[in-house]
Amino acid sequence: MTLREITADDIESLAVGAWILGTGGGGSPYLGLLNMRRLYAEGHRVRLMPAVELADDDWVAAVSNMGAPLVGQERLTDSRTIARAVALMEAHTGYRFRGIMALEIGGGNSIQPLMAAAHLKRPVIDADMMGRAYPEAQMTSVAVGDLKPCPLTTVDVRGLEAIVDKVPSWKWMERVSRKICVEYGSIASTCKAPRTGREVKRWGIHSTTTKAILIGGAVREAQRTHCDPIAAILAVEPGKVLYRGKVRDVERRTTEGFLRGRTQLEGSGDWRGVAMRIEFQNEWIVAWLDGEPIAMSPDLICVLDSVSGEAIGTETIRYGQRVAVIALPPPPVFLTPKGLAHVGPRAFGYDIDFKSVFAA
Amino acid sequence: MRRIGIDVGGTNTDAVLIEDGQVTAAVKAPTSEDVTGGILEAFAQLKATCVLYGGRIDAVMIGTTHFMNAVVQRRHLTKVGALRLGMPASASLPPFCDWPPELARQVEGGVWMVEGGHEYDGRPFMPLDGAGVRQAAREMRAKGLRSVAISAIFSPLDPSHERAAAAIIAQENPGAAVTCSCDLGRIGLLERENAGLLNAALADLAQDTVAAFEAAIRGSGLDAPLFITQNDGTVAEAAQARRLPVYSFASGATNSMRGGAYLSGLADAMVVDVGGTTTDIGQLTNGFPRPANAVVRIGGVRTLFRMPDLISIGLGGGSHVAFEPLQIGPLSVGYRLLKEGIAFGGSQLTASDIAIAAGLIAIGDRTLVAHLDKASRARVLAEAGRMIEESVDAVKTAAGDVPLIAVGGGAFLVPERLEGVSRVIRVRHGDCANAVGAAIAQVSGEVDQVFRDLPRAAAIAKAAGLAEDRAVAAGADRATLQTVETEDIPIAYLPGNSMRVRVRVVGDVAAAAGARR
Repeated sequence: MTLREITADDIESLAVGAWILGTGGGGSPYLGLLNMRRLYAEGHRVRLMPAVELADDDWVAAVSNMGAPLVGQERLTDSRTIARAVALMEAHTGYRFRGIMALEIGGGNSIQPLMAAAHLKRPVIDADMMGRAYPEAQMTSVAVGDLKPCPLTTVDVRGLEAIVDKVPSWKWMERVSRKICVEYGSIASTCKAPRTGREVKRWGIHSTTTKAILIGGAVREAQRTHCDPIAAILAVEPGKVLYRGKVRDVERRTTEGFLRGRTQLEGSGDWRGVAMRIEFQNEWIVAWLDGEPIAMSPDLICVLDSVSGEAIGTETIRYGQRVAVIALPPPPVFLTPKGLAHVGPRAFGYDIDFKSVFAA
Repeated sequence: MRRIGIDVGGTNTDAVLIEDGQVTAAVKAPTSEDVTGGILEAFAQLKATCVLYGGRIDAVMIGTTHFMNAVVQRRHLTKVGALRLGMPASASLPPFCDWPPELARQVEGGVWMVEGGHEYDGRPFMPLDGAGVRQAAREMRAKGLRSVAISAIFSPLDPSHERAAAAIIAQENPGAAVTCSCDLGRIGLLERENAGLLNAALADLAQDTVAAFEAAIRGSGLDAPLFITQNDGTVAEAAQARRLPVYSFASGATNSMRGGAYLSGLADAMVVDVGGTTTDIGQLTNGFPRPANAVVRIGGVRTLFRMPDLISIGLGGGSHVAFEPLQIGPLSVGYRLLKEGIAFGGSQLTASDIAIAAGLIAIGDRTLVAHLDKASRARVLAEAGRMIEESVDAVKTAAGDVPLIAVGGGAFLVPERLEGVSRVIRVRHGDCANAVGAAIAQVSGEVDQVFRDLPRAAAIAKAAGLAEDRAVAAGADRATLQTVETEDIPIAYLPGNSMRVRVRVVGDVAAAAGARR
């Protein structure tokens, strides 16, 4: 089997596309991108392997960076740390990983598997467990599938290592690993519970690295040729434009460690005179049009700069920005009753029934 | 108080004299290649008005775009030794890692990374490797590096490692210019470090420029202390400006905004400064330009430090005008307007020609532009108005109409009525608003830090106390200090009720500072 090599240009596109799939959160992929540019300049290359090519008894590492984005701006992402988390998991379990996949394709965590893969010379598996960004450990396809949450390795750049070997649930994993992360200085590189090839094929969200590269590539091509980047995205993804307009207000507050709030938009063009409000918990969760909820998690709500097509995050959105709001289809695993229990509107405290933008 | 304010722009050097709060003289001289010549010429013109002989001048305050131009044009830059304290973290992204390659080649004199730095909560990340710093200092000396930029993880929260390293460098490499990133503020290692590296690259130019300013003052027979204006509309004593030239990067636009505020008496308004080639649009809050709390690229380098939040568009008095399709700027005749504009006998149609034909300004020869019919004039002026309107809206932080102060030599391009604007205000001496802004500048102190486990009010009070101490250290009179900006942002994911607080205070230049020379 020949695997496709991810080009340097693909990685530039991945950073743009992953930020869009971050649906307002997930942290900027900028520092990960810088790391990859340097690794490629040094001659490293990373290959991409479709999840369907995995054998049932292969082992796959799922990686992510955990912690406060603010700390990440000072203790800059070092590509070797995430590779150490994977190596530690191999030493702990005795498994040899066939490839490395992302926990979360949305935002900065999309680049983490590439960094580990470059150092460990393994392929990146073209799949993740969210299809976007979400704030909590149980908001994954593998948690919906009730797969085992442990063990988990956590690594700090100074050489600190800790393994969470046994917990009964994803919630417990979130609690215990969060404590370790705080002691490290609120940043840790983690390798999540190893997954078998069979599990990844059944529960992984497939082809999301490719999807992010396609979306980002479309936006970058539109920027180069001065075309409408929103139309370019919709040409490669079956999404829908929900709204175009201008930000007229943003409210933020932090509760229980999450950034919560809302932004109010005023419409332009076809939406003149129609108001949109989008509420967020790290990520965009529910969009309301003239008081009616029209889009909600797990549908992906993406707020994009209407000129550049690049994503606008919940931390940085501000008055006056011209935006397009689009919805992208959610991974089917989140549309089951169990999936909706994990990531539907009620999981975020909204007493509304999920209704997809994409329902016929 | 009698103060002279000077703005050394790309085209003109403007100077004003302010006595007891009134502008008593305003002059313009062409900016000279060596900067000093233009200032001497401006002083000579001020003297010619005789007002300088009325008594002592308390201070000369100069704003300049010189340092920014040096970075953009890659001229007069010093080789820098980069010292980062933070190993083993961040090692894969060393200093200069995201610089434009040609600029990095010109500035990079070597990179040294040793253990040190702090956590967000004040714990040391690693103990400072003093021996490693000493070794680096010796290697820098051996390479002949005379300017060093030090950065440490979370140094805005705890600067002690950067300070200790600076002391070691001073011992091993006496006379070297040292920039500590903690003096440049903000959280974000790479961007703060970049600002430090740029600052260090300007070490020689800052030395020479400030010396030239001082020579110009002495050469004019004045005995007044020199202050250099900064990005935030305040001033620094010459010694501090020499040490931190990046803080003077955007002082031109800032001075115009501050001058507009002063001349109009408004503290909260939009300011539109229309020059010969560009228009700067910014918002005044409490009499100061709103700071950009985002990454600002300077000469292709990502930085994050105290810069005003501005929009610049290619619209000015010298902007080229074309019809079918209608286009104003971004090309401009700039200072050649008086030769190349049609109303001056030239052949390039400019925005000024339209304004002259429309009777908005009385310069040049109106008969030479009499052929421009009313409908065409109206189209051009409407387009200029639309460009300004759009930028004003983009600069706003909230909906609602705001007053707008129109300043600069091309202010006639600002229409009387604009969408989103409650009224357009024009002020006397508005064409020298930048020099006025320099003359009235105050001294500031700023803090941007993460506080833990403190009630919001207590955290803000603590930050305000620190900011006041910094302002006084920078030359402010404590009795006149006022808080002009308070911002607190709760931080997601950090434990213990963490919040990031930013407070800025300003005050008048202390008399003692004025007397000190």
